[in-house]
Amino acid sequence: MSTETATAPPPVQMLNVQIDGVWMQFPKGTRLIEACAQANKFIPRYCYHPKLSSPGNCRMCLIEMGMPKMGPDRQPELGEDGRPVINWIPRPQISCAQDVAEGMAVRTDSPMVQDARKGVLEFLLINHPLDCPVCDQAGECRLQEFSVEHGNSKSRFLEHKVKKPKNVAIGPRITLDDERCILCSRCVRFMREVAKDDVLGFVNRGSYNTLTCHPERTLDSNYSLNTVDICPVGALTSNDFRFKMRVWFLAETKSFCTSCATGCNTTISARQGTIYRQTPRENNDVNSSWMCDYGRLNFHYLQSPDRLVRPSAKIVPPEENEPGWDEALLRAGKALRSYKGSEVAIIASGRQTNEELYLTAELARQIGTEQIDIVPHLDLGDDLLLSADRNPNVAGARLLGVSAPTPGERLRSIADGVRSGAIKALIVLGEDATEAGLTEEDLKKTDLLITLSLLPNATTRQADYLFPSAGFAEKRGSMINKTNRLQRLNRAVEPPGEARDDWEILRDLLNASREAAADSSDLFTIEDLFRQMAAATPALNGLSLSRIGDLGLPLEL
Amino acid sequence: MSQRPRRSPHPRERRMIFANIDREGYTPDIDSYVRHGGYEQLRKAITMEPDAIVNEVKASGLRGRGGAGFPCGVKWGFIRRGGPKPTYLICNADESEPGTFKDRYIIHQDPHQLIEGMIISCFALDVHLAYIYIRGEFPEGAKILEKAIAEAKEKGYLGKNLLDTGFDLEIYVHRGAGAYICGEETGLIESLEGKRAYPRIKPPYFPAVLGLYQCPTIVNNVETLCHVKHIIGMGGAEYAKIGRPNNTGTRILCISGDVVRPGYFEVELGAVTLGEAINELCGGLKPGRKLKAIIPGGSSAKVLRADERFKIKTKAEDGSMVDKEIGVEDILMDFDSLAAVGSMAGSGGVIVMDDSRDMVWTLNNLNEFYAHESCGQCTPCREGSLWMRKITDRILAGGGVDNDPDVLKNVADNIAGKTICAFGEACSWPTQSFVLKFRDEFTAKARKPLPPPIPPEYTPDTLIAETPRLPATNQA
Repeated sequence: MSTETATAPPPVQMLNVQIDGVWMQFPKGTRLIEACAQANKFIPRYCYHPKLSSPGNCRMCLIEMGMPKMGPDRQPELGEDGRPVINWIPRPQISCAQDVAEGMAVRTDSPMVQDARKGVLEFLLINHPLDCPVCDQAGECRLQEFSVEHGNSKSRFLEHKVKKPKNVAIGPRITLDDERCILCSRCVRFMREVAKDDVLGFVNRGSYNTLTCHPERTLDSNYSLNTVDICPVGALTSNDFRFKMRVWFLAETKSFCTSCATGCNTTISARQGTIYRQTPRENNDVNSSWMCDYGRLNFHYLQSPDRLVRPSAKIVPPEENEPGWDEALLRAGKALRSYKGSEVAIIASGRQTNEELYLTAELARQIGTEQIDIVPHLDLGDDLLLSADRNPNVAGARLLGVSAPTPGERLRSIADGVRSGAIKALIVLGEDATEAGLTEEDLKKTDLLITLSLLPNATTRQADYLFPSAGFAEKRGSMINKTNRLQRLNRAVEPPGEARDDWEILRDLLNASREAAADSSDLFTIEDLFRQMAAATPALNGLSLSRIGDLGLPLEL
Repeated sequence: MSQRPRRSPHPRERRMIFANIDREGYTPDIDSYVRHGGYEQLRKAITMEPDAIVNEVKASGLRGRGGAGFPCGVKWGFIRRGGPKPTYLICNADESEPGTFKDRYIIHQDPHQLIEGMIISCFALDVHLAYIYIRGEFPEGAKILEKAIAEAKEKGYLGKNLLDTGFDLEIYVHRGAGAYICGEETGLIESLEGKRAYPRIKPPYFPAVLGLYQCPTIVNNVETLCHVKHIIGMGGAEYAKIGRPNNTGTRILCISGDVVRPGYFEVELGAVTLGEAINELCGGLKPGRKLKAIIPGGSSAKVLRADERFKIKTKAEDGSMVDKEIGVEDILMDFDSLAAVGSMAGSGGVIVMDDSRDMVWTLNNLNEFYAHESCGQCTPCREGSLWMRKITDRILAGGGVDNDPDVLKNVADNIAGKTICAFGEACSWPTQSFVLKFRDEFTAKARKPLPPPIPPEYTPDTLIAETPRLPATNQA
């Protein structure tokens, strides 16, 4: 008991705040606009973003505010209800730039507030092009949303609108429409405060204010596309996404980015089997609200016309067609049985999910080989989000015994074994063996080459058995990022053609390779598989896929 | 800068700040200044405790001469001496309010008066680095100030260990690039930091707490800082006897417009009425003309109509408060009296208009200025100031529709009180007051019926008049 109190955090001071007539308590330091949101009184805003500084420039979050009336004794005067009597400030105040204070009172929907909102929205629209039918932001545009909720239905503006640059290539991945810009400065602040690349600013004055890049600069940061996300209107649009799909048709799936070991949480937006964009999803333990452009755009390979869509076997008897999945898996499993464990090696991948890695380790045990490792993928990282380790799940590969303690350190002996002929059968999972120290000539020396892959490569071209598998957005499963956080992939689209979930392929290959040729497995769903893995892995004991949740779980590894 | 012909002060003036302005034989160099008693007040100030100087300024009741009229001693009282951060003093010499022309004469003709006032203020506030932010349109003034600072340093009034006090002070001149908004104190600070002069939100960025480089900062007008010198010279209590209670000291009125002798006049606050200012100081209106309107405190002050009557409270002989009805000409020229009639003393710029003036044209002229000078940071002012200008522009071009006066007034209402800085009020008060007080002139020119809804980006041709348009200006 006494030890508990000794380590307890200092108590947070709670402040009494009246919101629309109801007294509530908020911790000291709560931003007023956030306190209102917590009280279910959402305050419309444009410039305010919880992750950026508050310039208070859009004036959309104006509210009516008051403070306790002080008596002659410098103490608040109390009303009949025992609560402070409020002195209301006669002009509206912004709620985005100040914290709650003891006795503060706000009205979020009074006539003064409604008038202020109407006024601001009218101002924002008079010079706006109102080109919603062809604007990519339509459907997720704050200008549209707040106009519906708080604006006027008729325009009083009879003048010529201000003309500004349109279709500006402000960066390699972003197009700017200055006429749509409401000058909220979110993008300017993001680049300055988060991306640490102070490249955006405003020129000219008054209504002619124009967003632009500093001279001789372009918006080419690897974090530039976050400005598109936080742009409340259609001023900044992603070249990759614009004009491809109306946003209201998109189905959203919570996922995370598998382009490096950081594992930024994402939302994948897809329609009818096609992914249209990937955007960051807030997770303050991983990526705040951001992700890098490289990771964000690294999904197009899933939609490549070259995707492998059906299993194949190199040697097909003349009278037969290509084998189907069952036949190919049975033959591959049977072929594996004819080698001693020491004659088989597995080149696995740090891009595999934990579930796939677990089955890969099972397969190695079944075969009796210790010649197993993952292929390291290292590149330049930065000190924001992008990790130098481009494998998303090295921690999982280590935990489940697939990776060497130093990833890739067994690859040399595997390559040597292949070249010397000691290794006769090679299983390559989601990697290209020519990136793991082997040449195409080396691969020709193998008797049996089995591979799982999304796309053709030097290994698949020589594979005796080729099994097309699913990409990160096409399957479920879990991975562990560089901070040992367990995160969950969800299926946003189906794999193309006959391509299958990797774990199902591995399960069936494992079954087929057993001496007893067990024709069934007790693994029917990925939940079954996770449960089995969790039971066998102390660090995962007691967990299930659903318990991981949308924001992941920290692991003690 | 070309000098106007020099003339002697009007008998009703009391020249303190302008004592040496236009004086025969007076030159802006330090020798001339010292010969005329200059830097004596500084020698007195350095014998005083800094807090005592602050107390003298508090006792003087000095109110800021830049426009807002905030009590200077109270502003100084916000500074906590001995904090971990340095304190800065900035002299606001960005005199840009249309109708205002006083600071420039101090800078051009008597720069050492300002510098002495600044040194005393810095000594009182423990400031070791001060800036004079001078508007870009005063290149000559900047040169004169640079020269004056060099002279003061050479003579030991400024720099390291000034006058052997152990006190160090540097003053730098910083030239703006020509923007009205740089006169707003937080915009000025941003500009001084090398950024766009976007005014800061208050709270939390009160200059006295989070000013220049996030350090405590005092921003005072040129004239205000000059007054400090005189307060030290005569003592705060003595200074407070000049003028009226809560409106102490002298004030430079800059009277322009339709008067016989426009110019600057330093008078005791409340010593002359608006009528006396026009008729005595300025020699009245031009022959045959009638007074129509007055903007009493710089272009953003609300206009007064010549035939307006006001009910105000005044102190009777026995000390009780009595209601009194007065006309425009009876208004005393001080802070409180002008506030009581719904306008303001502002920067001291009095613009007089006679019956030859078209109020729509006049408002459009002001609207052009504000639309051009809005910094564009916050929405209501950015969009509203140009909208108001476009409406008055269209009315002048003959395209006024019958609801234009209402829309104008409402647009102004939607700006005032909803912006980051006082520019919102500055640009909407003219429109609010002009439309309210001269509504008949607006309705006479805005008679067309409201056209049916149209594609949003075009002004219909039916609204464009046959009358020739004024040459287009101000296209940013």
